[in-house]
Amino acid sequence: MRRLLYLLPFLLFIGVGVAFYLGFQRDPRDIPSALIDKPAPTFDLPAIPGQPATGGLSSAKLTGDVTLVNVFASWCIPCKAEHPVITRLSREQGVTVFGINYKDKPEDALTWLARNGNPYAAIGADQDGRVSIDWGVYGVPESYLIDRQGRIRFKHVGPLTPKVVEEQLLPMVKHLRQG
Amino acid sequence: MKRAILAAVLALSVTLPALTPALAVQPEEVLPDPALESRARAISQELRCLVCQNQSIDDSNAPLARDLRVLVRDRLQAGDSDAKVMEYVTDRYGDYVLLRPPFKATTLVLWIGPFAVLLLGAIGTFLFLRGRRGVAAGADTAPLSADERRRLDALLRKDD
Repeated sequence: MRRLLYLLPFLLFIGVGVAFYLGFQRDPRDIPSALIDKPAPTFDLPAIPGQPATGGLSSAKLTGDVTLVNVFASWCIPCKAEHPVITRLSREQGVTVFGINYKDKPEDALTWLARNGNPYAAIGADQDGRVSIDWGVYGVPESYLIDRQGRIRFKHVGPLTPKVVEEQLLPMVKHLRQG
Repeated sequence: MKRAILAAVLALSVTLPALTPALAVQPEEVLPDPALESRARAISQELRCLVCQNQSIDDSNAPLARDLRVLVRDRLQAGDSDAKVMEYVTDRYGDYVLLRPPFKATTLVLWIGPFAVLLLGAIGTFLFLRGRRGVAAGADTAPLSADERRRLDALLRKDD
């Protein structure tokens, strides 16, 4: 019993060590979303001026199938890096991707889409960023996976990479489509 | 001379921060109603800027911080109470936006932890000191058993 008492500081040290080790594995920039498993916010965004064909994006479009909502901007460099991944998701992997164009000049956004291709089923222009605040966006790009009932089930901050898509996003899409 | 320079440096270091407008709040954001404005300032000092993370939105020059400041002012003008405004923001960004974490089950260790460690230390010190005093006074030596007393008596008698 006495001996156990002498071991206590060592055990405490190990405990604190493990806590720190796990703590430092976390990315401090990765803020857990407050909206996971909650319904996506209600919104109705117009199309980017000059591109009215798809008719903008509203929360009504987010039910029925599993969809990905991607917040992007032409001035955002990681968005450019992410673009091929989004394009593959939409054209090859059969995921409907909607875009929220965050605080962008319409002409810049249109040029950007013309140059890089437009993988989005519809795009809403969030020029003052208010709708994005409702989504809890704090930096672009951010992506949200929405289930068939219109609830947010997964959030990724920063550019989507092939690794995130393979390991997290697609399995989740498959799971949600079954459910 | 040295003293004069030192005095000047000290004086500057005290007055400069007060003189430079350290505020990120832009003139056009300020509400006409001073009471509402001061409530807005108080609220924005409690809210974390999610881009810079360790500044309040009141201090931060990040565009998102500005948007949130404007949002806070809009909510106040719409007649929301301070608590309502906080709730509006935490509904979207979670407790993470609060610079002062709320007291609840998940933050219990954060709030109670330091006091618990202090208390444990105090208990440990108390037990340790009491134990030592006990040894010094011989208070924790057990009384002799009948057998021990007999042997002791025998030894003492041998000495005579």
